[in-house]
Amino acid sequence: MGGLPLSPPTGSSLAESVDTLLHVWLALAGTVTVAIAVLIVYFAAKYRHGSAANRTMARGAALSRESRRLEIAWIVIPLLLFFVMFAWAADLYYVHAAPPADATPVYVIGRQWMWKVEHAGGQREIDELHVPAGRPVKLVMTSQDVIHSFFMPVFRIKQDVLPGRYTTLWFTATAPGDYHVFCSQYCGTDHAGMIGHVVVMEPAAFERWLAAGTGSQSMAAEGAARFRQYGCSGCHGPSASVHAPTLEGLFGRRVQLADGSSVIADERYIHDSVMLPRKEVAAGYEPIMPSFAGQISEEDLLDIVEYVKSLRDAPAGSVR
Amino acid sequence: MHPRGRFDERVLDRRVHAMSTASVPLRSNYLEAGFSLWSWLSSVDHKRIAVLYAISITLFFFAGGAAATLIRLELVTPAGDLVSAETYNKLFTMHGVIMVWFFLIPSIPSTFGNFLLPLMIGARDLAFPRLNLASWYLYVLGGLFTVGALVAGGVDTGWTFYTPFSTMFSNTHVIAAVTGVFVVGFSSILTGVNFIVTIHRMRAPGMTWFRLPLFVWAMYATSIIFVLATPVLAMTLFLIAIERFFGVGVFDPALGGDPLLFQHLFWFYSHPAVYVMILPAMGVASEIITCFSRKSIFAYRSMAFAVLAIAIIGFVVWGHHMFVSGQSIYAGMVFSILTFLVAIPSAIKVFNWTATLYKGSIRFDAPMLYALGFVGLFTVGGMTGLFLASLALDVHLHDTYFVIAHFHYIMVGGAVMAFLGAVHFWWPKITGRLYSDWWARAAAIVVFVGFNLTFFPQFLLGYLGMPRRYHAYPPEFAVLNVLSSAGAAVLAIGYLLPLVYLAWSLRYGARAGPNPWDAKGLEWLTASPPPVENFTTIPVVTEPPYAYGEAERVHD
Amino acid sequence: MTSSVIVARQFDDSDQQRQAADLGIWVFLASEILFFGVLFLAYTVTRLHHPEAFATASRQTDVALGSINTGVLLTSSLTMALAVRATKLGVRRAAIVFLCATAMLGLVFVAIKGTEYRHDYVAGLVPGLRFSFAGPHAGGVELFFGLYFLMTGVHVLHMLVGLGVVGTLAMRAARKAFTPEYFTPVELGGLYWHLVDIVWIFLYPLLYLVSRT
Repeated sequence: MGGLPLSPPTGSSLAESVDTLLHVWLALAGTVTVAIAVLIVYFAAKYRHGSAANRTMARGAALSRESRRLEIAWIVIPLLLFFVMFAWAADLYYVHAAPPADATPVYVIGRQWMWKVEHAGGQREIDELHVPAGRPVKLVMTSQDVIHSFFMPVFRIKQDVLPGRYTTLWFTATAPGDYHVFCSQYCGTDHAGMIGHVVVMEPAAFERWLAAGTGSQSMAAEGAARFRQYGCSGCHGPSASVHAPTLEGLFGRRVQLADGSSVIADERYIHDSVMLPRKEVAAGYEPIMPSFAGQISEEDLLDIVEYVKSLRDAPAGSVR
Repeated sequence: MHPRGRFDERVLDRRVHAMSTASVPLRSNYLEAGFSLWSWLSSVDHKRIAVLYAISITLFFFAGGAAATLIRLELVTPAGDLVSAETYNKLFTMHGVIMVWFFLIPSIPSTFGNFLLPLMIGARDLAFPRLNLASWYLYVLGGLFTVGALVAGGVDTGWTFYTPFSTMFSNTHVIAAVTGVFVVGFSSILTGVNFIVTIHRMRAPGMTWFRLPLFVWAMYATSIIFVLATPVLAMTLFLIAIERFFGVGVFDPALGGDPLLFQHLFWFYSHPAVYVMILPAMGVASEIITCFSRKSIFAYRSMAFAVLAIAIIGFVVWGHHMFVSGQSIYAGMVFSILTFLVAIPSAIKVFNWTATLYKGSIRFDAPMLYALGFVGLFTVGGMTGLFLASLALDVHLHDTYFVIAHFHYIMVGGAVMAFLGAVHFWWPKITGRLYSDWWARAAAIVVFVGFNLTFFPQFLLGYLGMPRRYHAYPPEFAVLNVLSSAGAAVLAIGYLLPLVYLAWSLRYGARAGPNPWDAKGLEWLTASPPPVENFTTIPVVTEPPYAYGEAERVHD
Repeated sequence: MTSSVIVARQFDDSDQQRQAADLGIWVFLASEILFFGVLFLAYTVTRLHHPEAFATASRQTDVALGSINTGVLLTSSLTMALAVRATKLGVRRAAIVFLCATAMLGLVFVAIKGTEYRHDYVAGLVPGLRFSFAGPHAGGVELFFGLYFLMTGVHVLHMLVGLGVVGTLAMRAARKAFTPEYFTPVELGGLYWHLVDIVWIFLYPLLYLVSRT
């Protein structure tokens, strides 16, 4: 079967590590399977009914000793191997769980049966994701309906995309190219059609692509408009009569909550503050913010998130 | 309905005898204790109920197989050109629902467990024979609901019924389908209660726990799972129906619910459920391998404790189905290490079966071919499970064809092979007939070859990135899909062959004596087929199980 | 005195038969606990996400009727236990009286529950059928009541089965089916009834007493 590929192209350093892990597992599993198969065939042949092989077994205590030693060996050795393999895979998983702070965010909304992608600068794509090579990219994803899953075999990663929640996925692409994106959580009729491309470009080419863009304004600018449209500045603006948390300098900071715990103000925090405001009330504030669930679309909310992000370094009183 | 031909004299004999004594003589076997349909449908004899189950699950097996055939036919070409997307989604849903709940879960326990458990422990029947018949009727009722859903247009949620798709978006007959599964779940629960009580309370004199055949231990461990896990599924399915009908949003994020709650509840049952599918198969393997090696099992107690360990640890690994679902990474780590742990007792069993062959006297009758095939294929399936237990690797492999290959190696390469092995091993006992060994061995080899050709390419497809539940796929996956579909054709032949030669044996096969395999085990002490009361006198057990003497191995 | 116990053909003797029935009911009860466990888990998870909604919603339940029902059910467990004891002692009349009392109390429970359901329907607190709660946390309140009807509904179904069981036992007792040597069905019925009672003991505080202290 000449030319039959056994793995997708390796598009990131994580992909290479996962492939190494796979190869070690293949070696281990292959060895064990072959060993068992060989032993079965060998014993079946040597001890087939009527053969002249020696079948005298050890007896009593000697047999018990032999058996115990064998059993201990084939319990302890696999256990140790398992710990090593578990630790290796868990470490790779853990290290790769949190995106780096400087990762470029790209927003993804899954819906039956397409992927809507929006870059911070307002560039929109459908079923395509353009990213630069060599820079970490973080996908912030949500669904408008059922559970989907964003799968890119080239990076060996996937993440379920849930309604009412943000999930994230990040990667650093190494090689320019055009690779598969699949929806990998069954989502209804055209699940198999919910596929696309991740297009990795050289950084310069990517900047040119961004600049050529769709012409609309950045997500943060859109978000500022939504912020006013939905009346957020009524409470969060400088002239508000209501005591509401300041949004300037909020994003990325640790927030103390009313119940004594604290969280980082990330995309999820902003999303939940708007949709489920009673869930995490900031310390020192009354739980009087109304919920906007059902009123603000996921796309508008992502724009607002980008807007609040853009206030990260803004001085007090910037909100209008 | 009266049998014709050479049965006539025996019927005449029995009638003459019946006229002279008031009751049916003890020596008449269970098959002849009534020939009317009603005598079968109202029988509380565990042996007859086992046969009723055998017929029903065989029908469902071929229904699920028909769905699989259409699936593999569609996948021969990259384009979705055989059936529509909706139809394809319904096909894989029905394949899963039927195969899981109406074939695999009841297969060995409800047929061989029912038939053999009282015989193996020296009892006259299960503890609760009427409950046993009720279990079968619940199975049939559940089956009717599910077939009804199918006939009314099918279900397209996948056998996993994930929310919110199943509760809020699917336009198919979800409630009918989950009702069917709900009902059949009670069949399992009652069977589990029956088996546990029978094993605890009805063993023959001298049959201590550590003299029980390993098949009985397997039934015991399986029954624990039946009793504790199935109720969780039942209530979870009930919640789907309620949410679908009344809009109560326990799983709906827009109403403040949590779709992940469904996944936790579903997999809390469905992971132990897969151990329900494999533990009985392991029990069968132990019975067959010992008999055809003429040797006792290696490390009996380890084997017994291993099935219990698998059942217990199997309850705490469910989160390995949810590594990329949005569950916390710390939960993922806990579930990963526990999943590695459950592989240890499974590995112990594989090593012990292999060690049993050492210095045995091996015969290659059909049951043994199936049992040895089971050990090899279960090893592959089990090891690939470890790939999936590895967190970073699972992120890539989850929801791809790698997972499909993994579980088919265990469920088909494992459980179905063992089921066929059981059919071929106990057929003489159950029917009193012998079948053609040549055809049986040929079929076993065809199944083994066809199986590997079907499912091995799917490991490769999975790593390459082909997702599950796709009826159309990128052209680069074509070659491997064609191989897989070709294998499925071979596998289908392997499954159809036994229908022919086994049916043939019922009419023309030589009559079997009580112990055609010269096996140990109480079921082989009684006639083939057994009398209604199983034993003329209840045996007293004095020796350990699998007491095959060394003398017969060394000097045979 | 010869034993009047009928031993089924699969059992060696009446002892084995009784022990089998005993173990059987306990195993079955274990499955029932897992069955209800799912609902308790769903309740717990949902309540953790919506603590104030659950507090608000719980105050909409009728704690008076709920408390009366708790008393009714606890008393019925007492009468059931007394019925089992009376049967064991061979006091047939008392056994029948206690069984009937248990059934009566069970009917009272169901009637009170029905009254509560009717009140809830009129007040617009039945998700999916008639829900019109418009105060704060309406979404969470709707979730609470969805679970409320689910949990009490499944419980009531079990009560109805229990009523059937107790009624049958009373009739059989009247026909002298039970003796001090053979009272297994009464014992098993008693265990089932106690399970249904215990489930209610957990339901009551979770549904009626959230933030009423």
